[in-house]
Amino acid sequence: MAKIKMPKGTPSLDMTPMVDLAFLLVTFFMLAASFRSNEPVDVTIPSSIGDKEVPEKTLIMVTVDKGGRLFFNCSGEEVRRNVLTKMIDRYKVKLDKKQFDEFLKITSIGCDMSELPAYLSLDGAGRKDFKTYGIPADSTNNQLKDWIRFANEEMLAYGKSKYLEDSENAPKDQPVLADDYKPKFVLKVEGEAEYVRAKAAIEVFRDLNLNNLNFVTSAEAKP
Amino acid sequence: MAEIVDNGGADDGKKKKRPKKGSTRVDMTPMVDLGFLLLTFFVLTSTFSKPKVMSLVYPAKTPIDVPDDPAQLVNNAITFLVTKDRVFYYEGEFNPKNGPKTQLTESNFGPDGVRKLLADKNKYVIDEERKLQDKLQRKEIVDSIYKKKLIEVKKDKRSLKVLVKTDTKALCRNFIDLVDELYIANIGMIAPVDLMKDEQTLIDEKTK
Repeated sequence: MAKIKMPKGTPSLDMTPMVDLAFLLVTFFMLAASFRSNEPVDVTIPSSIGDKEVPEKTLIMVTVDKGGRLFFNCSGEEVRRNVLTKMIDRYKVKLDKKQFDEFLKITSIGCDMSELPAYLSLDGAGRKDFKTYGIPADSTNNQLKDWIRFANEEMLAYGKSKYLEDSENAPKDQPVLADDYKPKFVLKVEGEAEYVRAKAAIEVFRDLNLNNLNFVTSAEAKP
Repeated sequence: MAEIVDNGGADDGKKKKRPKKGSTRVDMTPMVDLGFLLLTFFVLTSTFSKPKVMSLVYPAKTPIDVPDDPAQLVNNAITFLVTKDRVFYYEGEFNPKNGPKTQLTESNFGPDGVRKLLADKNKYVIDEERKLQDKLQRKEIVDSIYKKKLIEVKKDKRSLKVLVKTDTKALCRNFIDLVDELYIANIGMIAPVDLMKDEQTLIDEKTK
């Protein structure tokens, strides 16, 4: 029987360019990717042609999930500290130092004030599974209103001092805009949730006479 | 040539001491594997489009010293009624009893629906905007004046005013889609207001 002659030795192929490219891409994606912040709830946001950036620095955000639960978030460590101090004072909730510091680190919270110590003792995954009805916003127990009111007050005060400080140091040809320091009210609604659910949150804002709201949407090309 | 051979003068007929001639190649397969694994991970998890915001001004609950003038709003207005994945509209004032009864017309979120309707109804603003854009391109006006004029045009009596009403079945997605269409059509006055009972009855008839 005639044997097929196999080529001896390993066929060698120069893989260097491919590997170079692969690592180049890895580097690119690593640097370009922005990680999702660890939100306690996932919402699918609708799309719109809105082209304003989410105001990360002066943000007061209410998230509405599919079941209509409400979550609250605001930016700035100092603001968060003051808001939480006012809230635990108002609702007579006791937090230890660890729980307090945890609040400064996380993003949205969504629970009743009485559940807050337990909620803050959990880790990110635990908060996701936490059984709660969200922040109450009904007329008898409107905690969301207090969250927003305190956050608005604190952010205005903080923004004002920051503005005065920045405007002194700013170069003359680039004056700082006062509007950039004012709190912005953002609603992140689940697209599949009923509008009445979002309306509960909207009414809270309107009760506080905060009528200029922003909906978080994913960008879409203008037709 | 440029190598230091340390014979130590030991060239006494014995075999020459030579460095072992091994391959300097390192097996890179694991590194490359890891590289591609990371590449796949980042490609799949990264999101590039940052979320944006769409602002919407709600009517104030306690109007601040502005006399309520219903005639002004009703003039040249259109009302959209949104329910689950469907949208209806009527023009002008709501008239359930006397005179010609208000009839709802159904529209949709496609390009032939609300968008076409609004482009027709809001022709004044769209035409004016085009004129201003032309002027801007020919450098007759500057950017800040363009923006100022555009706001004036949007507030003009001849521009369309839109009321958005949602019933209990409407989804947030529907609402945002509609408001988005309004922004596309350059509507300057958008008022999300509450649904009236009679309007609910009309929707119920249509969606039966």
